[in-house]
Amino acid sequence: MSGMLKNALGWMDDRFPLSKVWNEHLAEYYAPKNFNWMYYFGSLAMLVLVNQIITGIFLTIHYKPDAKLAFDSVEYIMRDVEWGWLIRYMHSTGASAFFVVVYLHMFRGLIYGSFKKPRELVWVFGMIIYVALMAEAFMGYLLPWGQMSYWGAQVIVSLFGAIPYVGEDLALWLRGDYVISDATLNRFFAFHVIAIPLVLVILVFMHIVALHAVGSNNPEGIEIKKHKDEKGIPLDGIPFHPYYSVKDLVGVAVFLFIFALIIFYMPEMGGYFLEHANFVPANPLKTPDHIAPVWYFTPFYAVLRAVPDKFLGVVAMGAAIVVLFLLPWLDRGVNKSIRYRGPVFKAAIVAFVISFVGLGYFGMQPVTPVGTFFSRFFSVIYFAFFLLMPFYSNIGQDEYVPERVDEK
Amino acid sequence: MSEQVVDKRRRLFLTAAATAVTGVGAAYVAVPFLSSMNPSDRAKAAGAPVEADISKLESGQLIRVEWRGKPVWVLKRTEQLIEQLATTVDELRDADSNESEQPDSCKNSGRSIKPEVFLAVGICTHLGCSPSFRPDIAPEDLGADWKGGFFCPCHGSKFDLSGRVYAGVPAPLNLVIPPHKYLTDSRILIGSDGGQA
Repeated sequence: MSGMLKNALGWMDDRFPLSKVWNEHLAEYYAPKNFNWMYYFGSLAMLVLVNQIITGIFLTIHYKPDAKLAFDSVEYIMRDVEWGWLIRYMHSTGASAFFVVVYLHMFRGLIYGSFKKPRELVWVFGMIIYVALMAEAFMGYLLPWGQMSYWGAQVIVSLFGAIPYVGEDLALWLRGDYVISDATLNRFFAFHVIAIPLVLVILVFMHIVALHAVGSNNPEGIEIKKHKDEKGIPLDGIPFHPYYSVKDLVGVAVFLFIFALIIFYMPEMGGYFLEHANFVPANPLKTPDHIAPVWYFTPFYAVLRAVPDKFLGVVAMGAAIVVLFLLPWLDRGVNKSIRYRGPVFKAAIVAFVISFVGLGYFGMQPVTPVGTFFSRFFSVIYFAFFLLMPFYSNIGQDEYVPERVDEK
Repeated sequence: MSEQVVDKRRRLFLTAAATAVTGVGAAYVAVPFLSSMNPSDRAKAAGAPVEADISKLESGQLIRVEWRGKPVWVLKRTEQLIEQLATTVDELRDADSNESEQPDSCKNSGRSIKPEVFLAVGICTHLGCSPSFRPDIAPEDLGADWKGGFFCPCHGSKFDLSGRVYAGVPAPLNLVIPPHKYLTDSRILIGSDGGQA
């Protein structure tokens, strides 16, 4: 570093802890050296967040949050604004990509026990991010003011109406009108572009601060802080920068390759990322014959439909999300990583994945007796996975767990 | 200052009192912000009654009228459709409409002032979709037991041709019948019953 730059950095460091923050979180943040490809999804989630914020800012430059103008302004962006179609598809594809990445990130945490002590708060902050992300995606989906936007919002806001006593007033307060209307669109725009993104950024910050305080888990479930050298550096740790910053770039390249393929060749993803019915302007008098939420909500939507009672259905759907928060306290297994867990836990993970994907599938389909049967069946497995976890999670774990990464 | 002994109880009291007063202040400041999200005066005023002209409505035909942003259905039932209503009674959750919302003049098996003209808010009492009108008997997708009625595509709730909900579906109540009155034989005022509930 040249003398002048060094002086400038010194001047800066005397007034702002630039080097300190850089070192604590990057150059001297020691992460386990055995991260595998499943550890890409955290940094990819940050990348998608940045993508959503930047494309979102440029979309608001042309979008009009008015029930009379919204649908046309989106079409205007798609047809008349230079590169508008690209920015819009980056944003809409980014929404689905966000959930793909976040679901894989959560699954990684689930199988390697990254939510277990002392990382409970990392998991809880992450779950709050997930819930905020669902709110963000839901409100964003209303903005194009298509048929699916309108009726999807109608159904989700009506969910609040199922709460006894205060529900109807709460739904009215959320809508700002007796039906989904211009008032609702305008406020969802406000929440979507400023309120929730702000919350998300703060939560991501807390998620990372909590992670860097306790240190990262790894596929072996080893606590690298247990074995340090004389300088206090974990023996199985490597500095995040440059080792993982460079490694993550490989993940970024692969991700962007797939992301670009989708944006350019299948931005609607056959109706899964942008639903066909949403290319028709909102019509409050007619519900489309088949309505389903976007794919990332369908597992919970299937739980809702599985219960033949309005209030209990909403309760079950809420419980399906709440139970995820409790994971750190439901899992009683001593070993962290699935590599050293018992066969019952491994089988339970497989059953859970099948039931989650199954619920996602049936949540997209029209209501049929077969679909309802399987939705109920998978809902039972989903809840059993969590609620029985205190009883099965400790069965038949490996007695030997390595202390160090290279120990075999 | 430094030579004095700190009175911790007094300090704690002052801290607690300041916190409590700040909390009350914050709660008061929150009121205008939270209230601003309620329906505005303009939104409240927009609920004026609307008129439906049914002079051209044919038997078996259903029209949709917009009232307060919601679809209101007007269906002209045929003799046959009216007779079918009696056959569904055992399968309904609230056949006598005791828990459901309707004007007193419509608290009958046809849920209407005139048996042949059925009028209801076309919004499912479950989560607010608009059910589809399915008068056909035993269609392929709804099964052999279907006796004609309204089917909600969102969550599979079923209603008969009086908007009465079947048991075992997510919707808890019958479809809402709005207040309405006949201005003449062919003109209905929706949203007001002229005070004669």
